[in-house]
Amino acid sequence: MSDATVVLIVMTVGTFAFKSAGPLVLGDRSLPVRVQQVVDLLPAALLAALTIVSTMGDGRAIVVDARLVGVVVAGVALWRKLPFVVVVVVASAATALTRLIS
Amino acid sequence: MNEVDDAARKRAIHRQAASIVASVAPFGIVFGAAAATAGLPLLQAMGFSLFVFGGSSQFAAVEILGDGGSIASAAIAGLLLNVRSLAFGVIMAPALVGTWWQRAAMSQLMIDESTAVGAAQHERRWRRYGYLVAGVGVFVVWNLTTVLGHVAFAGAGDLITELGLDAAGPAAFLALLWPRLSSAPQRRTAIAGALIALALIPFAPPGVPILASMLGVAFAWVGVPRLAVADGSGPETETPS
Repeated sequence: MSDATVVLIVMTVGTFAFKSAGPLVLGDRSLPVRVQQVVDLLPAALLAALTIVSTMGDGRAIVVDARLVGVVVAGVALWRKLPFVVVVVVASAATALTRLIS
Repeated sequence: MNEVDDAARKRAIHRQAASIVASVAPFGIVFGAAAATAGLPLLQAMGFSLFVFGGSSQFAAVEILGDGGSIASAAIAGLLLNVRSLAFGVIMAPALVGTWWQRAAMSQLMIDESTAVGAAQHERRWRRYGYLVAGVGVFVVWNLTTVLGHVAFAGAGDLITELGLDAAGPAAFLALLWPRLSSAPQRRTAIAGALIALALIPFAPPGVPILASMLGVAFAWVGVPRLAVADGSGPETETPS
């Protein structure tokens, strides 16, 4: 077996264990109210972290580049209540334009 | 009346999922091309996209293998990137109802994008619907573009930056976050989560900052008077700090 095949098998098994632990172990049983309140808040932390890391992260470096311009423009578009698809398109366009002129 | 509401909700979810699925396509092409560059045959590249199905972890593992890294270092780096799925699973578990094998099958679709679209919805059935639509959409597009990238593209990385497509993902995540920001505890959690993740980028392996952002929940009720907490706008007992 090649190295890549071994890595593929280990990662498949491990990743599936991580992915399925919640749905298989917790299932849809209802959690205590306090825990449920915390779980209701988790998506906010998660979405904010995904936003910031995919905007300013580059491996282990924090970088400020054209992506940030796009995300700020996305913020303005959201504040102007523009539709989801438009927000994503203007963010990409602003980032591309920033790279073009810089 | 209800049917009209349902149809509108479905359309909104489809639009969210479509943008996020489209934003994944160029990265699939780049992954396929990167796998080819690292010397992986097409079948192995496809195996990663089908069975591991976790974009950033696939990139990390393939990059390390291509650089001549050990099996252990490639597998550990890849798995560390996917530890955050544990937290995603806790968020999504109540919505992913079904028999155990249905839940197992739905779990395979658990990635940033499906969890983001699912978690952005409010009712349980729409969380499940959003998760599945985005998850299946990304799964199909990710696998097709992996093949396309492997056979047809090399050095497609420029394509992503030239078209600004690397801003599409973060913009979509921000758009999914946006409606939550009108609630104070949610807003505090989001700000704290973002700051925690940002602060950890230089110090933790990729993937860990996103996992650690969940600790931002501890700041949800900071500065809220105990009275407000007692009237139901916060937890009934002590304010966490």
